[in-house]
Amino acid sequence: MSAPSAAAVAAPESSAQTTPPLLSVRGLVKHFPITGGILGRKVGTVQAVDGVDFDIAKGETLGVVGESGCGKSTTARLVMHLIQPDAGDLRVEGRTIGLNLTLRELRRGVQMVFQDSFASLNPRLTIQDSIAFGPKVYGTPEREALARAHDLLEKVGLDPMSFGRRYPHELSGGQRQRVNIARALALQPKLLLLDEAVSALDKSVEAQVLNLLVDLKAQFDLTYMFISHDLNVVQYMSDRVMVMYLGRVAEIGPVEIIYGGARHPYTRALLSAMPSMDPAKRTMEAPLAGDPPNPIDPPSGCRFHTRCPFAEVVCSTRVPDLLRQPETAQHAVACHMADASSGHSRAGSGT
Amino acid sequence: MNSPLVDIRDLRVKFSGQRTVHALNGVDIALSPGESLGILGESGSGKSVTLKAMLRLLPPRRTTVAGSIAVDGQDVLAMNADTLADYRGKTVSMIFQEPALALDPVYTLGHQIAESVIRHEGCDRATARQRALDMFERVRIPSPARRLDAYPHEMSGGMRQRAMIALALACRPKVLLADEPTTALDATVQIQILLLLRELQREMGMAMIFVTHDMGVAVEVSDRIAVMYGGRIVESGGVADVIKSPSHPYTRGLLASTVHGAMRGTRLEAIAGAPPSLATAPTGCSFAPRCRLATPACEGAVPPMVGVGPAHVARCIAVAPAAA
Repeated sequence: MSAPSAAAVAAPESSAQTTPPLLSVRGLVKHFPITGGILGRKVGTVQAVDGVDFDIAKGETLGVVGESGCGKSTTARLVMHLIQPDAGDLRVEGRTIGLNLTLRELRRGVQMVFQDSFASLNPRLTIQDSIAFGPKVYGTPEREALARAHDLLEKVGLDPMSFGRRYPHELSGGQRQRVNIARALALQPKLLLLDEAVSALDKSVEAQVLNLLVDLKAQFDLTYMFISHDLNVVQYMSDRVMVMYLGRVAEIGPVEIIYGGARHPYTRALLSAMPSMDPAKRTMEAPLAGDPPNPIDPPSGCRFHTRCPFAEVVCSTRVPDLLRQPETAQHAVACHMADASSGHSRAGSGT
Repeated sequence: MNSPLVDIRDLRVKFSGQRTVHALNGVDIALSPGESLGILGESGSGKSVTLKAMLRLLPPRRTTVAGSIAVDGQDVLAMNADTLADYRGKTVSMIFQEPALALDPVYTLGHQIAESVIRHEGCDRATARQRALDMFERVRIPSPARRLDAYPHEMSGGMRQRAMIALALACRPKVLLADEPTTALDATVQIQILLLLRELQREMGMAMIFVTHDMGVAVEVSDRIAVMYGGRIVESGGVADVIKSPSHPYTRGLLASTVHGAMRGTRLEAIAGAPPSLATAPTGCSFAPRCRLATPACEGAVPPMVGVGPAHVARCIAVAPAAA
């Protein structure tokens, strides 16, 4: 179960030759133990994230898609150090956490917005106090922190005079999510992790919040990691897209390639499982049978081989490396069919 | 045209208690046998309440129901407890978003299905179990004989949803009510369940009302679509008519704000504002406060349904009626 070599990792080949990427993740691993019985002994392991590598360049939006249990939320929490990784290297602008970057500095530069807008706000704080809380902890004087909270409320489209003193339960879901975004911006972070941030909102409100996110990104020079199960929204928001399956990266590349010329059979299946918006072109056949396997006991080799229509012997015995594609260096695929030396009968045939 | 299988007229539901909510404010639905109606709406639009009212699942003490619901010639609102028990599961059956909550955790799935068959058809346990096995095969649960003895928690989300469908269809109901049955499922599993429902609905010739907030899901399963807003149906018509040429400003706004791939780089046309609270019954069009075309007349009276095409109606005074 070796992590792919650093050379195989898809880093965006931009002007990043000299300046390191904003976020760089290598060999990230998190296994959760499962305890059982009256003695609480360890009876198994959930391999939530198992060797994930990716970079996020300054100013871009990396979309992350995958089904439940694929490790997309765990990855975001590991980046924030809300949970400790078992292994792996996390760098922000070239600085390693724990080495020459403190947790305090990390959380100032990276902030997160969660799906549940209510659970992520303190019910006993007015929303202006919630937003001002972070800056105060970081030493901003009370009055200045409050002024910044008001400024941010205005930026996210809520009138500070009428909303500032309200409590979370007095707001609608869309308004609360705006507050969460304002709070995340209060420390002037560089990177925002949006974990299903619009998924709980109604469609008409979702569009408002997506517009807001696009505006704020330009205004504050932000970088987004946008996690969602909604492939339409990810396509709309992202510059690059990472597809995860059972704790590993299946494919990563520019949004046009992922949505137009994906090479991993899982990416293709995921895309063709999207319901049709055209009554004349209804889906006639489900691309995959069965449910995603349990991450407690994931399949050997390529984790997708149990549901893959092209699986061969090599797929169940060897873990495919996440390999850069010769056509586009930014595009990397972890599939034996995309690796000419794998011995898969379809390898290199461009299917 | 003979009388429809489901005939709902001017259905009004009010919840009282700590807060008053006028959840439904005059809903009319007519459904023919074998027809599939998709109800599209956002949270609080009244789509789930409509289904629950059809099965009399709303808490009786806190709910005031007015209007009429007739299914297969029976007056649902007048049923006593016995008739209601015969009606539920036999004439009308329902599947829910979360099968883990809808199934009984302490009985095996085979037992639960057999129990329902025995209750409605009075057959012996062996026949009922055989029916359960047939249903498991129809919903394509792998190794069905073994799975009949499984408890709900022993199955994955997709398999549980299939088991719930098997339970709901075991007594061959005439109408299936589906309340967001695929919302909690992963994308690759959702499409499997949608195709299964579409196929079973056609094979068994039953009518279906499918409630969803997802336009794509509604398109996949429906013959007709009804769009709900603020406890009323604001537009209804054939699926292609509603999606390709929406008439009501809300339906148009919903379609424009639903993100799809072609919109990359363009700004989304969001509907401003938020859905109504429904603390008081809306006297006029409930969408008027968010509508760009709103005039004072919109707030004055509830707009009537206007024909905008063949079997396509919209509840808006700003849309031009089709030449009759």
